[in-house]
Amino acid sequence: MEKIKQAKLEDKIMTIVFYIVAGFFLILLLVFASYVIIKGFSGATSQMFTFTSKGVLNQLFNTIYLVLLSLLLSCPLGIGAGIYLAEYAKRGKLTETIQICIETLSSLPSIVVGLFGYLAFILMTGMKWNLFAGALAVSILCLPLITTTTFDAVRALPDYYRYGSMGLGATKWQTTYHVLIPSCMPRIVTGIILAAGRGFGEAAALLYTSGMSTDINWSNWNITSPLCPLNPFRPGETLSLHIWASFTEATAANAKDIANLSSAILMILVLMFNITVRIISKRIDERAGGGK
Amino acid sequence: MQLQKGMFRKEYFWKWLISVCGIIMIVITIVIGAFLIYKGSYTFTGFGHSIGEFLFSAKFSPNDSYSGSNGSVGAAVFIVGSVLTCGLALLISTPFSLAAAIFMTEISPKFGNKFFQPAVEIFVGIPSIVYGWTGLTVLVPAVRDVFNLPYGNSVFTAALVLALMIFPSITSVATDAIRGVPSSYRDAAYGMGSTRWQIIKNVVLPAASSGIMTGIILGLARAFGEALAVAMVIGKTRVFPKNIFSSTSTLTSVIASNMGNTFDGTEYNSALWSMALLLFIISLLFIFLIHFISAKGEKKANGKD
Repeated sequence: MEKIKQAKLEDKIMTIVFYIVAGFFLILLLVFASYVIIKGFSGATSQMFTFTSKGVLNQLFNTIYLVLLSLLLSCPLGIGAGIYLAEYAKRGKLTETIQICIETLSSLPSIVVGLFGYLAFILMTGMKWNLFAGALAVSILCLPLITTTTFDAVRALPDYYRYGSMGLGATKWQTTYHVLIPSCMPRIVTGIILAAGRGFGEAAALLYTSGMSTDINWSNWNITSPLCPLNPFRPGETLSLHIWASFTEATAANAKDIANLSSAILMILVLMFNITVRIISKRIDERAGGGK
Repeated sequence: MQLQKGMFRKEYFWKWLISVCGIIMIVITIVIGAFLIYKGSYTFTGFGHSIGEFLFSAKFSPNDSYSGSNGSVGAAVFIVGSVLTCGLALLISTPFSLAAAIFMTEISPKFGNKFFQPAVEIFVGIPSIVYGWTGLTVLVPAVRDVFNLPYGNSVFTAALVLALMIFPSITSVATDAIRGVPSSYRDAAYGMGSTRWQIIKNVVLPAASSGIMTGIILGLARAFGEALAVAMVIGKTRVFPKNIFSSTSTLTSVIASNMGNTFDGTEYNSALWSMALLLFIISLLFIFLIHFISAKGEKKANGKD
């Protein structure tokens, strides 16, 4: 009897412990997020919301532009590789090698990717720090994510999609292009958004590739000019690098406030992207569950 | 017939293109690996330092010269720094992650599914630089005041930042692992009159152990590769930490803060590349470990059934 009582008591105590730990961490995460956002905006001045060297909007533009560039590179390649693995590759040495490579890429520390980018895209090409090199480095980080989501999405499609299409006389590529890719597009998009979210926050890989300065002129639309905002071969500091710069250099008097604001904007961007992903994947689940 | 010919040409073209995409993945990986080996081994081949010196010597003062081995490239301080910070972060994070994962799956699955897990997963994506910056502005002064230290930059602060950063990663993998335990296991144990805690301790956790280990190693890998967040809060001293409240450097923080000051091909530069190579090798090791553990877990599961 004593033993049972003790077991019951232990169970009660542990349940309370779990409630406390879980509650504590949930609150910690929420407090952390709201602290970063509130702190960022409370110290902001109207000057910071300008496209000047004292504002952060140039950096915000650089961030978005760099992520777009890197997605332009990594999406076709990643989706292509994912489809190859799911539909075309035969089980064997080659497929295994590709899978090991993807795993290796996804576990590379971003600072290592940054060093590689510095060597391959800056030193060996003889260019100065530029956005395009940064985009290439970020692509290396996004590639495994996009490839695995595509692979999983295509693999998860039931076989009768393929049989149905091929039964009508479609070739393998026609089946892939007209049936398989459209039906798993939402899932692939989820992967792309996640990859973009990763790109937004990336700093270590950009440290020695995209440079720590931004010198652009918004009235200059000659794309070959280094002052033109759209020129990918100009140095471009992203928001996350801006935070790092205010730690290492801290030139402006209000560097701390600027970094706080940059963190807040980054946090909002990432939360927005992740919540979008949630909504999309919930819709997919509903549709797959027979909602439509 | 004309149409069909075009159709097949297209077929082969796309097949070829898609295969190239797959091959490119291999090429990228090999190129990165080859560059790292080429640049990282130059410390040993070009400057004549021994691998033993690199791994075990604590004297790090490489020269900015292109030839001769006048300096010393011992990276032991940084290796110890990395291992210590990440180990401590894991020690802090793992119990909490496990507790949160158990709470989500066993104790309050409804709330966990609807609210807790999405919240945790969203936090996996928060950029590490934000963790670092918040650590620098909030945790560093807090640690200084609470523990009465001259400076708040310490191994402990870095471990706290890393722990907060890897908590969501470990939790979400561990949750999936625990959720994967068949409910027949639990029902059987309940049928024998076990309490919930007994089931969690004796049935669920052992059954999910290989998945949980995978989560822990993934968290460790993330912590090990993290550069800037750690560099912001650990301080920059290049000596062994006396205790967890003194500052030191890690492999990643040294690379991040010094690479920009060196010239390509110098002894200093090569030493940093060797550290990058070491990081690469360690990340390969983590992958190997994960494969090993999941293969073992599968064997165990198959053996039991």
